[in-house]
Amino acid sequence: MATLERPPTTTQALTRLWSTPAGLVGWLSAVNHRAIGARFMVTALAFFLLAGVQALAIRLQLARPGLSILSPEAYNQNFTMHGVVMMFLFAIPVLEGLGMYIVPLMIGTRDMAFPRLSAFGYWVYLLAGLGLFGAFFLGSAPNSGWFNYVPLSGPGFSPGANIDFYAVLLTFLEISALAAAVELIVTILKQRAPGMAIHRIPLFVWSILVMAFMIVFAMPALIVASVMLELDRAAGTHFYNPAAGGDPLLWQHLFWFFGHPEVYIILLPALGIVSAIVATFTRRPVMGYTAVALSTVAIGFLSFGLWVHHMFATGVPLLGTSFFAAASMMIAIPSGVQVFAWIATIANGRIVLKTPFLYVLGFIFLFVLGGITGVMVAAMPFDLQVHDSYFVVAHFHYVIIGGMVFPLLGGLFYWFPKMTGKLPGERLGRWSFWLQFIGFNLTFFGMHILGFWGMPRRIYTYLPGFGWDFLNLVATIGAFILGLGFVLYLANLAYSLWRGEPAGDDPWGGATLEWATTSPPPQYNFRAIPTVRSRTPLWDEEEPDDADRARDHTRRMVALPDEGREILSTTVVDARPQGRVLLPGPSLWPFWLAAAVGFIFYGMLFDLILVPIGAVLAAAALVAWHWPREEEEAP
Amino acid sequence: MFALGTAIFAAVLGALGYALRRARGQSAPRPFNGNALIAVGGVIIPAAIIISLVVLTALTQRALSAPPTPPALTIDVIGHQFWWEVRYPQHGVTTANEIHLPTGQPVQLRLTSADVIHSFWVPQLAGKLDLNPGQTNTLWIQADRADVYRGICAEFCGIQHTLMLFLVVAEPPDQFAAWLEARRAPPPRPVEPVLQRGQRVFSEAGCAFCHAIEGTVATPPTGTVGPDLTHLGSRRTLAAGIIDNTPENLASWIVRPQEIKPGNRMPNTPLGAEDLQALVAYLESLR
Repeated sequence: MATLERPPTTTQALTRLWSTPAGLVGWLSAVNHRAIGARFMVTALAFFLLAGVQALAIRLQLARPGLSILSPEAYNQNFTMHGVVMMFLFAIPVLEGLGMYIVPLMIGTRDMAFPRLSAFGYWVYLLAGLGLFGAFFLGSAPNSGWFNYVPLSGPGFSPGANIDFYAVLLTFLEISALAAAVELIVTILKQRAPGMAIHRIPLFVWSILVMAFMIVFAMPALIVASVMLELDRAAGTHFYNPAAGGDPLLWQHLFWFFGHPEVYIILLPALGIVSAIVATFTRRPVMGYTAVALSTVAIGFLSFGLWVHHMFATGVPLLGTSFFAAASMMIAIPSGVQVFAWIATIANGRIVLKTPFLYVLGFIFLFVLGGITGVMVAAMPFDLQVHDSYFVVAHFHYVIIGGMVFPLLGGLFYWFPKMTGKLPGERLGRWSFWLQFIGFNLTFFGMHILGFWGMPRRIYTYLPGFGWDFLNLVATIGAFILGLGFVLYLANLAYSLWRGEPAGDDPWGGATLEWATTSPPPQYNFRAIPTVRSRTPLWDEEEPDDADRARDHTRRMVALPDEGREILSTTVVDARPQGRVLLPGPSLWPFWLAAAVGFIFYGMLFDLILVPIGAVLAAAALVAWHWPREEEEAP
Repeated sequence: MFALGTAIFAAVLGALGYALRRARGQSAPRPFNGNALIAVGGVIIPAAIIISLVVLTALTQRALSAPPTPPALTIDVIGHQFWWEVRYPQHGVTTANEIHLPTGQPVQLRLTSADVIHSFWVPQLAGKLDLNPGQTNTLWIQADRADVYRGICAEFCGIQHTLMLFLVVAEPPDQFAAWLEARRAPPPRPVEPVLQRGQRVFSEAGCAFCHAIEGTVATPPTGTVGPDLTHLGSRRTLAAGIIDNTPENLASWIVRPQEIKPGNRMPNTPLGAEDLQALVAYLESLR
């Protein structure tokens, strides 16, 4: 890759161009991908803690038979919100935030493709999330489960506002998920550093790309389902009313057409995190790169073909279920490819057993176990026995906590030095890992057995004499150990942020571009755009622990003029330079647009007069947002 | 299934353990054919297991989909928030929360719902099947051993999903036939004054708005909101399988059902002590 013949840009000019204004207004108008990504992650972790407290309330209520710590209604709101918050307000946003933060650094660009859209997405997420939690504190949170089946959630059986919060605010929230997904796709396809051709994209970036495409295809199903539900509830339509020719099963099809891909939407980025950590801590690129990248894509496709396995007990025709059972089991192949690729990499590597790698080992243990029970429940005769029992509760917590939360915590620990410039405490990191690992297994392993003994899900209590008492008590104790582990983990990060050792640019000896810049990265990420000749650009030529390689690396870089917030756009497949793109700077309008759209959605909940007001305000905000300004025109 | 799952789990962890030992034990790594491991462990072995599982699943499904002999008896089960209506359409018998069936023969169940989605599950007898409004699903079950099996609602159906239980009473065929015959006759007319008073309380305190008793003014189609009480005295449990059917429990249930099963559809009914006693005696006499 030839270096463009331009004078090197001065760092002062770049800092001036890319910095965010100070003060509250500056904070509200920030558009930088790292600022927005960090906000997504911090907000999502706050929701994670709140939903964790809800989980502890559930476990307290179930510690012994016949307890009445929570009333039946409070319990139902609790377990519903636990699912809704974990899925919609924690899992997706935290991964999108991590993607927004890390992807531009990993592919060597200066910001996301549509910086103001990122900001808009964050404000929408915050406003919708606060509303859902507000409903919970007012005691009228959704109470029909996160799956929210009709007709129970329909106008006839849930007359209160609870379900309206679900249908309206989730639709509002998904605008945010879609915005982030579109941005991640464009950024990954069009802004990779010169030379980062399609066969050199880091596996983490592959996983974020597939996740973003899946969001674009899956979320509309949920939005359509929720809009029809709200029309049934508010406008008297009969989409789901069997008495008027509607069909309750329509909701289940639409919901699971979203809901099953959703599981892989949150799993795939976690697999990408694992690939990143495995490579760094074994000092080897992940073996079978092509197989792993293709299996990531394959999981994305397959996951849209197995939603009916959530509906085996609804009485759908047998022939259809056989197809979906087989498709569900097929997921085991691409997952197996990834697991064995990591094992092969480890076998060939030199292991550095630090906390992030511990999380990966814990992940492999839990994910393989959860995957095996997953193949079991895909077999329909087996599923009919354990469906909607605690066996399924155990299965999906193994897959989601083991498969997504463990890699996420490992990944946050891994990238924390890059984000903050401080090293997280290793001792506390190990402690929190072991507390979580032991607490997790205590909580959820016994639930397999409880489910097999017939304990159904979503019950607020159980009668004594079923023999379920002991395992439930163990699960409650385990849940508190697990919770302690999470608190310790977050406390460790907070303390390290305050007093951690300085990290340096590349504390772990990573191979991908994010480690080539300073920690934390400057406003403009890279002084000049790096070029790439392999999958492990930082391990080229030099030994991995050569401290000078980052500086050496800058010799092969593309400089951009310091005339505006410019990024380099490259071709989709080969990442050849195509042109310079001028990005918009900080603006308050994304915030105002989110607030105006919020008026529309909250208007549907409280007073319809707000809807047209919000629409007019939103139109005005959009015009203002896109009003051409002289200094923004491309040179 | 469990043995296979455990074996796979052990094999994968064994491979991981071997990889870790290998990686820690050596200073300069020897090359290792990772692609072969990925192909065998990640593709070939899972594919073989999956193909055999798909075939086994299909065979099991075929075996489960139809009973060996056509069922002679059909029972309709209708889900309500939060109890089970049970009908024997061939015999004109209606009861609630207790399904009697003969041992040693397949029985056909036709499942539907009067309101939201419920799911029928007797863990010891069969897998679960949903009760969808506007749709009838059929399931066949067979109990080979005479026993009382516990059943539960397995689909979240609202505030009292938890306490929506039922019993399956499997009896030898002749005992079952006797039970069914006894259910076909309306209960005897009350003759003792206390029972007559109880019957009067039943009509005057509002019970008859929701509950039916064959042979009284409260016969269907009125009184179909709550369980049919025609032979209440013969049932084992009250309130959808959650408390034993004793006079004390019945009295508490009539007066304060919202404390025993909060959120269920039956309102608390304050009654004077004598009225309550008479009502309980009357209801328990319905056998």
